Amino acid sequence: MKFGKSAVLALTLAFSVSLAACGNNNNSSSGSNASDNASNASAASNTASTAPAETSLSGSVIASGSTALQPLVDQVAKKFSETNSGVSIQVQGGGSGTGLTQVSEGQVQIGNSDVFAEEKIEDAAKAAELKDHQVAVVAMAAVVNKEVGVTNLTKQQLVEIFTGKITNWKDLGGKDQGIVIINRPSSSGTRATFEKYALGQKTEDLKGSIQEDASGTVKKLVTETPGAIGYLAFSYIDDTVQSVQYEGVDPTTENVATGKYPVWAYEHMYTKGDPDAATQAFLDYMVSDEVQKGDVVELGYIPVSDMKIVRDIDGNITNK
Amino acid sequence: MNEKQETPLLFRKHRAEEWIGRIYTTFCVVLLIVIIVSIVYYVASKGVATFAINGVSLSQFLFGQTWQPDSNKFGALPFIFGSFVTSLLAAVIASPLSVCAALFMTEITPNWGKKVLQPVVELLAGIPSVVYGFIGLSVLVPFLRDVFPGQGIGVAAGSIVLSIMILPTITSIATDALSSLPRNLKEASYGLGATRWQTIAGVVIPTVLPSVLTGVVLGMARAFGEALAVQMVIGNAPHIPTSLFESASTLTSVITLNMSNTVMGSVQNNALWSMALILLLMTFVFVLIVRLLERRTRI
Repeated sequence: MKFGKSAVLALTLAFSVSLAACGNNNNSSSGSNASDNASNASAASNTASTAPAETSLSGSVIASGSTALQPLVDQVAKKFSETNSGVSIQVQGGGSGTGLTQVSEGQVQIGNSDVFAEEKIEDAAKAAELKDHQVAVVAMAAVVNKEVGVTNLTKQQLVEIFTGKITNWKDLGGKDQGIVIINRPSSSGTRATFEKYALGQKTEDLKGSIQEDASGTVKKLVTETPGAIGYLAFSYIDDTVQSVQYEGVDPTTENVATGKYPVWAYEHMYTKGDPDAATQAFLDYMVSDEVQKGDVVELGYIPVSDMKIVRDIDGNITNK
Repeated sequence: MNEKQETPLLFRKHRAEEWIGRIYTTFCVVLLIVIIVSIVYYVASKGVATFAINGVSLSQFLFGQTWQPDSNKFGALPFIFGSFVTSLLAAVIASPLSVCAALFMTEITPNWGKKVLQPVVELLAGIPSVVYGFIGLSVLVPFLRDVFPGQGIGVAAGSIVLSIMILPTITSIATDALSSLPRNLKEASYGLGATRWQTIAGVVIPTVLPSVLTGVVLGMARAFGEALAVQMVIGNAPHIPTSLFESASTLTSVITLNMSNTVMGSVQNNALWSMALILLLMTFVFVLIVRLLERRTRI
C-alpha cells in the first residue's frame, strides 16, 4: 500500500513537471548526450576514418518541419550520429509552417521547409534572420488516372483544368469522362510549387474538388477514381498512375537538372543566423557527395549538386 | 501504559494520512483546473486574435462563404455547416442502431445477447480513428462511387464513418439506462396484459428517452470533434455541398489539413485557431445540453 501511494504521488509529480517542461523542448535531448558519449567512445574511434566531421563534436540538434523532407533528414541524421557519437540529432515532422515557426523562435536548430521562408513568414524582418541551406530538389508532375487517355498537357490546358474551364477529358483528346481534381489544401507547399511553376498562377478551390494533404492518399485516390488528376513528387510516382508530360517534356530527373522541366522546388533547411558547430557539421554532411549521391537519389530527391541551373525566390533562372 | 501511548500515535498517523490525502487530492484538482483554464485561455486568446488584431470581421468569419486565405477571405460557414451536417447525419444513422442494440442486450436476450454484443460494441470504441478512415477510403468510398453519382467522397461517406464511430457511445449509455429501469414498471405493464413489444414501445422507451438523448448528444459531440477519419473521406473542398455525395469540409478537417503548413501568428493560422475556438464553444453547448437532459432523467 505504501508503495502504491508514493507511486501515485510520483506519477502526478512527474506529470506536472513534464507539463511544465513542454514549453521548452530545447532541454529534452541534451541530457542524453553524456551517456551517448560514454557508451560510444570506443565505437567512435574505429569509424573515424569515414567520419565527415571531427568526432570531438558534441551538442544536440533538433530539426523539425516539412514532412516531404523528413525521410531524408531522418536517414542522414542516423548515419551522421553513427560517426559523431557526441551529437544527438532529433528529427520531427510537423509541416513547413511548423518548422519555420520553431526555428524562427529558437525552439529548434533547423527548420525544414518546402518553400522559401519569405513566402511563409509575413514579418520580413523575421524571415531575414533565417539562413537558407538548400539540401535537395524535389520535382513533381501532374498525374492522372490511367484510364483517361491523356499523356501530355500544356500549361494552358493545366490552367483550364485547375480553374474549372475544362471539365471533361474528351476536350483534351481523352475519353468521355468528367475530370475530378485531387488538390492539396491552399496552405500546402506542394500546391504552392505546382501553382507557381506549372500553372503560373494561384487557383481557387473548386466546388466538388477533393483536397488531401498526404501524398499517399493523393496517389490512392488518383489510382482509384475514374477521371482523376492530381500532382505528386517524383518519388511517389509509379506505374499505378499515369504521369503527364508538361509541354511535351517528360518529367525526369535529367530534364529537371538541365532546366527543361520547370516544376520543382528546393528543399530548405533553415537555421536562425549562423548555425553552431554541430549543426553546421550536420548541414555540411547533408550536402556532401556521400549523401547527395547516395541517400538523396535513393529516396527520390534530386541532388542540388546535379542541378545545372540555379533558381532564386522570384523564379529567375541562371546557369551554374 | 503501553496502550495509552499507542492510541494517540495511531490517531496521529490517521490524521497525517487524512491530511496527505487531502493535500494530494487538492493538488490534483488544482492541477486539473489549471490545465483546463489554460487550454481555454490559449485557444481563446489565439482565436480572438483573428478579429482583434488581424481585423477580420466576426460576421464575415461566421457567415462568409468564401475561404481564400491568399486573398484575405476567411469565410468559415462552409466548415461550420459541414461539421453540423455530418455529425447530425451520423447521429441520425447511429441512434436507431444503438437503441436497437441496447434493447437487444437488455430486454430481448439479456444473457447471451449481452455476452456477445457488448464486447463487440466495446471493440468498436477501441479501433483507432485512422483505421476507420482507411477502411472508409478503401471500402466505403469505392462502394458509394459505384452505386451513387459523384466521387464517393463526400458528406455521406463522412457521416457513415462517423456513425460507426459513435455507435459505442450511444449504445453503452442507452444500455446503462435500460438496465437501471425499475422492474416494477415493466411488470406492471405485463400485468395489464401488454406484450413485450407493447411494453418496450409504450413504457420502456418513453421512460429512458432522456438518457438515450444524452447518449445521442454525447455521440454528436464526439462526431463534431473527430478529425482524422472524416478528413480522409469527406474531400475537404471549402464549399457548402449541394448533394450528399459532394466534397465538403468540416472545421476539424480544415484545421488538421492546414495547421502544420501555416506559420504561427499569421492571419491564416489565427483563423484556424478561431475555428478551434468554435469547436470548443460547441463542446460547452453539448455539455450544457447533456446537463439539461440529465435533470430530466430522474425516474
